[in-house]
Amino acid sequence: MNKQRRDNDIIQLAHGGGGRLMHDLIQDVFESAFRQEDFSARHDAALLRDINGNVVMSTDSFVVNPLFFPGGDIGSLAVNGTVNDLAMQAARPLYMSTGFIIEEGCPLAFVRRVARSMRIAADRAGIAIVTGDTKVVERGHGDGIYINTAGIGVIEHEDTLGPERIEPGDAIILSGDIGRHGIAVLATREELALESELESDCAPLAADVLALVEQGIKLHCLRDLTRGGLGTALVELSEDSQKTFVVEEDAIPVSNAVASACEVLGFDPLYVANEGRFAAFLPADQASEAVAFLANRNPELQPVIIGEVQDDGKPIVVARSPLGTERVIDMLSGDQLPRIC
Amino acid sequence: MKHLSEYRDATLLKPLIAGIQTMSTQPWRIMEVCGGQTNTIVRYGLEQCLQPMISLLHGPGCPVCVTPPCYLDAAQSLASRSDVVLCTFGDMARVPGTDKSLLDIKAEGGDIRTMYSPLDAVTLARSEPEKQIVFFAIGFETTAPLVALSIVQAAHHGLRNFSVLCAHVLIPPAIEALLQFPEVKIDAILAPGHVCTVTGTREYEELHEMYGIPIVITGFEPADILQGVSEAVRCLESHESEVTIQYSRAVTAAGNIQAQRLIEQVFTVCDRDWRGIGSIPASGLEIVPAYQGFDAVDRFALELQPSPQTHDCCGRVLRGSLSPQECPHFGTTCTPQSPIGAPMVSSEGACAAYIQHARHDQISRSFQGR
Repeated sequence: MNKQRRDNDIIQLAHGGGGRLMHDLIQDVFESAFRQEDFSARHDAALLRDINGNVVMSTDSFVVNPLFFPGGDIGSLAVNGTVNDLAMQAARPLYMSTGFIIEEGCPLAFVRRVARSMRIAADRAGIAIVTGDTKVVERGHGDGIYINTAGIGVIEHEDTLGPERIEPGDAIILSGDIGRHGIAVLATREELALESELESDCAPLAADVLALVEQGIKLHCLRDLTRGGLGTALVELSEDSQKTFVVEEDAIPVSNAVASACEVLGFDPLYVANEGRFAAFLPADQASEAVAFLANRNPELQPVIIGEVQDDGKPIVVARSPLGTERVIDMLSGDQLPRIC
Repeated sequence: MKHLSEYRDATLLKPLIAGIQTMSTQPWRIMEVCGGQTNTIVRYGLEQCLQPMISLLHGPGCPVCVTPPCYLDAAQSLASRSDVVLCTFGDMARVPGTDKSLLDIKAEGGDIRTMYSPLDAVTLARSEPEKQIVFFAIGFETTAPLVALSIVQAAHHGLRNFSVLCAHVLIPPAIEALLQFPEVKIDAILAPGHVCTVTGTREYEELHEMYGIPIVITGFEPADILQGVSEAVRCLESHESEVTIQYSRAVTAAGNIQAQRLIEQVFTVCDRDWRGIGSIPASGLEIVPAYQGFDAVDRFALELQPSPQTHDCCGRVLRGSLSPQECPHFGTTCTPQSPIGAPMVSSEGACAAYIQHARHDQISRSFQGR
């Protein structure tokens, strides 16, 4: 069987059946993409050697539709999402697993492309994909490819981060402009006929976070902004920390492309998904230094101080408008839906 | 985005606010009749800026909120059928009917698709000829031309599997009904800019002639609304009364003639129930006999029983006689997660706007439920 023919093949139920087809799939697609010293293609469990420090572990599942979008695909998304969950503990990402749930009929070329993309993203983020699994479900019971991951990282410093460490007076930093991922993915859905050159912000955050720690910035809490956007992340942290956050609406960067798309669709960029942005809570006297350091280190970020933590005992997030008026930011009750007039 | 940031620029908005405050020698009550305007007012805190002299009343400007439950029930019964794909605008899916919402029906297996344009439903009907495609059409004069066009297109293609459940309503009769309600005192009206891009200004001239009330056809950005309020206050303070167009970058006196012709070709005016308000004469659109084959009511022999009026609070909110945070259910027993009435559901509903953008000093009330 030559390579050309294999690339035209589609996934069959037998690819998950444990027989020859599955063996070939693992060898031809996954092992060739993930091959490195630690990858345990022949064993179900990977041996993780000599981790020194507190170990953190995360799990996440990825079901994005479409599988490929401007600025990334489900593979890079899975790796970066896993890396970022670890990074939010200021941990160094070390190892991850990947479980593929593939729908019968999915082109083999898609699987190959996603696996390669995972390897490239993993190399960029400095994480090793050490074990994996494949299942195939009947046509109509999946959406092309779903990926589940687990991530393992190590904390190499004394601080533990979390909402409980957020203090009154802390500054709130946002690492860059918001809403790119959500709009980039939406724009690829043909029913919207929305033309945009926008790319997802999908990116690993660990290196930036670890550099902040090494710079001596005393981070209190980090949160990557994912599905619910900046608004939901802030409300969650406010509730978990039982503190009031006040943010200046004008300070939150939104690109023209995202702002325009949100106008058309009736969305609030505060609730649009991101995959390469985080909010940081840290002592106010280190905020300017942290912003300058991040901006200098990574030109793709656009770090800004967006607000501060206050202590009036209410777990709420208040947005101050340029007019000086204030409104409460709450979680959305469901998905953002388009307005009709 | 240049044109958006300008209409939201605080350095331009503050002089407008100061001008309105200087002009006002007595309290005025100004009503907007557009959910988009309500959302902007609440989001930017414009009421806070204009108090105490100017009260902004929020009228029945959210089409999702005013659609009566009998249409929702009919849409749900259609969506439950295995041969039907029900298409609608997004917000409609969450609104409770008598028992359930369309989202509930979807979770139970109904094929419900949210769309931005009814023309997409025509495309769907052509690609899935074995299914009956029903578009649940709601909204004001803004969305009616597109729905009309979808019916014309379906007729052109000879489609036998496309129909429309038409719950369209018209804004001027609703304004007139409100002006006749004794409980609502309105000094001036901000008319909906997007509706008037289609209809032009004639019907608002007629309203003005009958009721002698200043009407300003207004846009949706903070600067638009402040300019609209400013013009209304100028009229009131100088005892002038006229119809003026603030939203002149989109609205002309004649409106969009082509869109009006489409509406006339496909629809005829009928009496219609408004959720929270009741029956308003000549306030709805129904499909003309020539296109009857595309009327879902006809095709599926639906019976639209007038539903009992829902919670009186919702009606009073929709009529502008009760502010959302004055409602005893607001934020306590009625929340976006478990709404009692439609104004808490749609992003353009007044109660949802207040919950979403609640003022800092209102939160102790609205967050009691947590």
